[in-house]
Amino acid sequence: MTCLPATSTPKKLGLVIDLDVCVGCHACVVSCKEWNTGGYGAALSDQDPYGADVSGTFLNRVHSFEVVPEGGEIVAERGQARLVHFPKSCLHCEDAPCVTVCPTGASYKRADDGIVLVDEDMCIGCGLCAWACAYGAREMDLAAGVMKKCTLCVDRIYNETLDEIDRVPSCVRTCPTNARHFGDFADPNSNVSIMVAERGGYDLMPEQGTRPVNKYLPPRPRTALGSAPTLPQEDTSDATGFFGWVDKMLDRI
Amino acid sequence: MYPALSIIFFTSASGLGYGLAAVLGLGLLDPQALATKLAHVLALCLIGGGLLSSTLHLHNPQRAWRALSQWRSSWLSREGVMAIATFVPLTINAAATVFYGKHLLLVGLLGTLGAAVTVYCTAMIYASLKSVQAWHTRLTPICYLLFAAAGGSLAGALVAASGNAHSVVLMVMALVFLVPAWAAKWQWRKNLREAVPLSTPESATGLGGLGKVRLFESPHFNDNYLTREMGFRVARKHADKLFVIAIIAGGVVPAFLVLVALAAGHAIWAPIALGLALLFHALGVLTERWLFFAEARHAVMNYYSR
Repeated sequence: MTCLPATSTPKKLGLVIDLDVCVGCHACVVSCKEWNTGGYGAALSDQDPYGADVSGTFLNRVHSFEVVPEGGEIVAERGQARLVHFPKSCLHCEDAPCVTVCPTGASYKRADDGIVLVDEDMCIGCGLCAWACAYGAREMDLAAGVMKKCTLCVDRIYNETLDEIDRVPSCVRTCPTNARHFGDFADPNSNVSIMVAERGGYDLMPEQGTRPVNKYLPPRPRTALGSAPTLPQEDTSDATGFFGWVDKMLDRI
Repeated sequence: MYPALSIIFFTSASGLGYGLAAVLGLGLLDPQALATKLAHVLALCLIGGGLLSSTLHLHNPQRAWRALSQWRSSWLSREGVMAIATFVPLTINAAATVFYGKHLLLVGLLGTLGAAVTVYCTAMIYASLKSVQAWHTRLTPICYLLFAAAGGSLAGALVAASGNAHSVVLMVMALVFLVPAWAAKWQWRKNLREAVPLSTPESATGLGGLGKVRLFESPHFNDNYLTREMGFRVARKHADKLFVIAIIAGGVVPAFLVLVALAAGHAIWAPIALGLALLFHALGVLTERWLFFAEARHAVMNYYSR
């Protein structure tokens, strides 16, 4: 049923993405595609994979933005310019418009943990849910003709055949800089809730009224190079023997 | 937004079909005339053809029946349910007219009501999407309803004139609907061009506090499903010209031709003028519908600096 759960879900599983830490390596993009092309539902197809016009279905993409400070025309001209790498996948919104527009009941938001999923056997591939999503989190798979989206690796996080350390979404497990974190936002003491509270985690496009579960942590203020402390003079007064002699000789030169 | 031909044809054809069906349901036309009988069949063909065309953009059309299930939340589902429900009075009335030369007023009025509700549902599919700011307005269903009513009145007047009846009521109705239809469309497009964007690259990334945000590197070199579906750009170059063409073809010329037909009375010029008026109106609406999709900007393009 494509009506949203009537009450707030007891668990709100989602991701925190730390924009201060992400280096834009696209490892999460690759690992997401690798896991999800063989897991839940239809494979993530590519079109013209070895040709010039290659494109394909991805559930997670990394954009890179340049942020030009006020008054600047080009990056780094004035103030502290930033290059921010920006991973983006489904935000598992509480008021998910992609779910309510679905005419077939293929899209749904799970009442127990809030994960937004597509039942691909019911999807007619009309594409309306992708239109309804302001974040571009849904992509039509052109080979299977069904809508694909981030499942929060629902086939990993509850999978007891995996080691406990692996029971997180593939993107989180693979991130080499720990820019992605998985947890329950309904629990105020969870790792993700604490991170959001401490770092000022925020919603993307709050004006769209979708109430995303996933949160983004802003880049930390940058320290200017000039204000970095200089290294203290090293104290070598306790050097003895050969190294003491070398130290004295080099000081004289 | 990508202007898919199947959807443009669907909304235009079914709009005209429902408009004609709604006018036929009012019972203003002589049910014994051959032209009226043909008009009933034509309306059903336009509606059916439009609905079939709308299934062309589905990637798994064999499951299309499932789209009738979620009427509680989805306007697309409501449209499907209403379209099928409306077929019942439309088909009964068409059969009564074609085979018995009789108009069933109550069934006809039910058909008129159903046609209006179905067109409203079609428009609400688009108007309910907050992610496409230009569509997310009450003017969207108003435009769809007025265009359907104007097209239906024009077609009805043509049917009357073809049966050698001079229907002043229908011609006046056509004028009465044409003017507000294009006035509403004018305001709709003014909003599209002048409204402050609801979402910006700054709100999309949350980085507005640091400065102005623009795309440095897109996720992939080539276009993807999102940029193809939501990042259509061809229209903007000629959009103003196309809009003027749409207004002239869909509004000014038909209105003038209706006046000609009014003046012509029972002369042979009346059906010719009305036939041309309908043809021009259909071309104007097709152009308008193309712009409706092509000019609308989707919020996700804030991530692609388009």
